[in-house]
Amino acid sequence: MAMSIQTRTRAARVGLVIGLLIGAVFAAGPVLWMLSNSFKSNTEIFELPPRLITESFSLDAYIAIFTDPETVRFFINSYVVAFAVTALTLLVAIQAAYALSRFDFRGKRVLNVIIVSVQAVPPITLLIPYFGLMVGLGLYNTYAALILTYMVFTLPYAIIMMTGYFNTLPKELDEAVRVDGAGSMTALWRVLVPISVPGIVSVGIYTFMIAWNEYLFALTLTRTIDMRTVPIGIQLLMGQHSYEWNQIMAMSVLGSIPVLILFLFFQRYFISGLTAGSVKS
Amino acid sequence: MSLKTPVLDTEVIVTGVPQSKRRRQLRRTAESYAFLSPTMILLFVLMIIPIVMVIGYSLQDGAIIGKDHEFVGLDNYMAVLTNPSFWNATSNTVIFTVTSVVAHLIIGLGFAMMLNSTLIGAVPRAIFRGLYVLPWLFTVAVIAVLWRMLLAPNGVINFLLNTNIEWLASPQLALGTVTFINIWAGYPFFMVSLLAGLQGIPSDLYEAASIDGAGPVQRFWNVTVPQLRPIIVSLVLLDLIWTSQQFALIWMTTGGGPINVTEVLSTFTYKLAFAKYDFSQAATSAVLVLLMSMVLAVFYVRHQKARD
Repeated sequence: MAMSIQTRTRAARVGLVIGLLIGAVFAAGPVLWMLSNSFKSNTEIFELPPRLITESFSLDAYIAIFTDPETVRFFINSYVVAFAVTALTLLVAIQAAYALSRFDFRGKRVLNVIIVSVQAVPPITLLIPYFGLMVGLGLYNTYAALILTYMVFTLPYAIIMMTGYFNTLPKELDEAVRVDGAGSMTALWRVLVPISVPGIVSVGIYTFMIAWNEYLFALTLTRTIDMRTVPIGIQLLMGQHSYEWNQIMAMSVLGSIPVLILFLFFQRYFISGLTAGSVKS
Repeated sequence: MSLKTPVLDTEVIVTGVPQSKRRRQLRRTAESYAFLSPTMILLFVLMIIPIVMVIGYSLQDGAIIGKDHEFVGLDNYMAVLTNPSFWNATSNTVIFTVTSVVAHLIIGLGFAMMLNSTLIGAVPRAIFRGLYVLPWLFTVAVIAVLWRMLLAPNGVINFLLNTNIEWLASPQLALGTVTFINIWAGYPFFMVSLLAGLQGIPSDLYEAASIDGAGPVQRFWNVTVPQLRPIIVSLVLLDLIWTSQQFALIWMTTGGGPINVTEVLSTFTYKLAFAKYDFSQAATSAVLVLLMSMVLAVFYVRHQKARD
């Protein structure tokens, strides 16, 4: 009458594998295609039928990217901005998270609500006054304009994630140091920070990713080609050489590598930090 | 009894012992604010001042670039709210956002459940998880050019479907196409969070349900969904906020076109400011967008508080 349990399990397993494979094509197919096209010649990209594995493997597109000072500059700009944002965000967020995790004070609840709601303010709303401010302050088209404004995105997450992390560490650890007469600064930087490296790493990666990927502010608050970041550079490449798909794909691969590497090595920290911080808060 | 309270207070001050306690408390508050001062200064400069400025711009004429900034009251709001393009952008934003969020949830949960299944071994599961998380790791600029290439009239998708469709340039299909790209780009965040949630559901809940005779469908609705509910609500609210603010993907794939079929509120506002240089109306539109986001934010903050 009914299928045996064994048959049913086997049928379920086959169904699952088929589902997983369809999902894999959906998720990874486009990415594979990008990688494959970055190694093709530009004529091969549009040959029919398309080939996933190229017949004429070439690194020309990558060489073109690396030898053009304009595109190299996009990468330098992105690294400068992303590292500066990460360092500054961590410095500010660690202190804020310490206060929020270890002290009870007037206004704490209000401050918490403000930090959570800042995440919901639309970037487009801030962009217009930022443009006015940066032009007014003479910071338009500088690194400072990007570094400063990116912190509005990174800081709330960093504080929430970092507070969540500090909350998982027993208070006795740093309190003991303070009772011994050392100040809060010592308790934070000498005791709490060294044992919070996993948390700090995941917050740092997340911050770096936000800064590396940002598009709208970079588009609007910089103007000259030597100040553009990688996301804008990819778009510019598309406009200038709209038929050199191999170069556009090579640039996309290169632009994705920092985030891919960070994710690959720190996956575990990253996902646990994210779920502890931003989702469960 | 109420008369006694102030007396008690003076006693406290006179005796001195609780005074030091109070002073210590004061010192701790001062210390907290010292740690928080860089954050508060930054939030003031990057959040409070700009919001005041943008509201100011929305109430004047010729903001930023004009010579004289005349106070015009709510004129700009009347102009924007009676502009059919604003409502077209609003309706596109709602369609784009709701479709994306629903699909993110369904695909994210589906993939998370497949990855959580014990029917396959740990190694294949890890490999599939690595593949499924891929779209998350690419910046929007890369996603935009990648899909423009895939969807080009002579691109690989038209080849596979044996069609010759202008996916991003057709007025009928463009909004659906950008929504699809956004779905592809955004589901892994749901998947990762829901997978963590699934792994946290105690297995004895499923065992108890099985003993009570519940099949897989009943177990899904009576155990999985209720257990994941708090995470799902958080994710949906966050995604509604983020997706309704999406700019880069649309800007780099269709630019709001063709005509204005993919115009969303953020591209509409951006064009008012940086294509038409009407910063006053752009600021007005930006304030309206802010108000919409704040409504969602209130729900989100309330939900987070309820979970704590």
